[in-house]
Amino acid sequence: MTIDLILFLILALVAVVTALSMLFSRNAVYAALFLILNFSTVAVFYLLLNAPFIALTQVTVYAGAIMVLFLFVIMLLGAEETGGMQRTWWLQPAALVSGAVLLGEAVYIILTQVTLLPSAVSPSTSFGTPTSVGEILFNQYLLPFEVTSILLLVAMIGAIVLSRTKPRDRSGS
Amino acid sequence: MLPVAYYIGLSAVLFTIGALGVLIRRNAIVIFMSVELMLNAANLAFVAFARNFGEMQGQLFVFFVMTVAAAEVAVGLALIVTIFRNKQSIDVDQMNSMKG
Repeated sequence: MTIDLILFLILALVAVVTALSMLFSRNAVYAALFLILNFSTVAVFYLLLNAPFIALTQVTVYAGAIMVLFLFVIMLLGAEETGGMQRTWWLQPAALVSGAVLLGEAVYIILTQVTLLPSAVSPSTSFGTPTSVGEILFNQYLLPFEVTSILLLVAMIGAIVLSRTKPRDRSGS
Repeated sequence: MLPVAYYIGLSAVLFTIGALGVLIRRNAIVIFMSVELMLNAANLAFVAFARNFGEMQGQLFVFFVMTVAAAEVAVGLALIVTIFRNKQSIDVDQMNSMKG
């Protein structure tokens, strides 16, 4: 249990520090790289929580595909300089206050409600394996899975339509 | 396994950092990355509860959240590229007109 706790604390520290570095980084490329590190740390948490399939999906989809897309767009636009914080003077204190309220509420709810949770059950050996994920996905969740394919198709068409240059722009007006 | 409260607490901290990022940054790409961080924090809570209750449904939900996030990133970054093409900037302070 103590090794678990030490591992959790180290990983949690890495996750929080990388998230904060992403938030305060001046350079958008560094922000993206910090976020990749954060996603990888969360993938390790998924492994600790008996979710190996989700952990590897996290690495390939989030830390891989999504962040490569981010880096690609940052470098395509040449928008490495992020231009700092909000300039409106009241916005930053207001954001800090609302963030503190949000965190305070969450901590209060966790501290007061956590005793109502049942203690963790010991999972079966197949818990979280690709086999069990696939079984549930293609039996119980077949319809949402098919709807997801339509969603991806719509996103693909939307991205193409949005980033397409109009013909009159191309003729050099 | 550690008590699920540890993971939910970490998830709350990450979510708050993401929300702060949306509120205090001006760069549209960094705001977008903060939204991803918030989605990730929610995913962590889902997986922690799935483990706590021994139910696979939480992990399946994370799977769908990841799919929606991927679609959202594709469309959102296309929007950012289009805005940059029109305004030569992705500063959200300068996006104050409804028509490009």
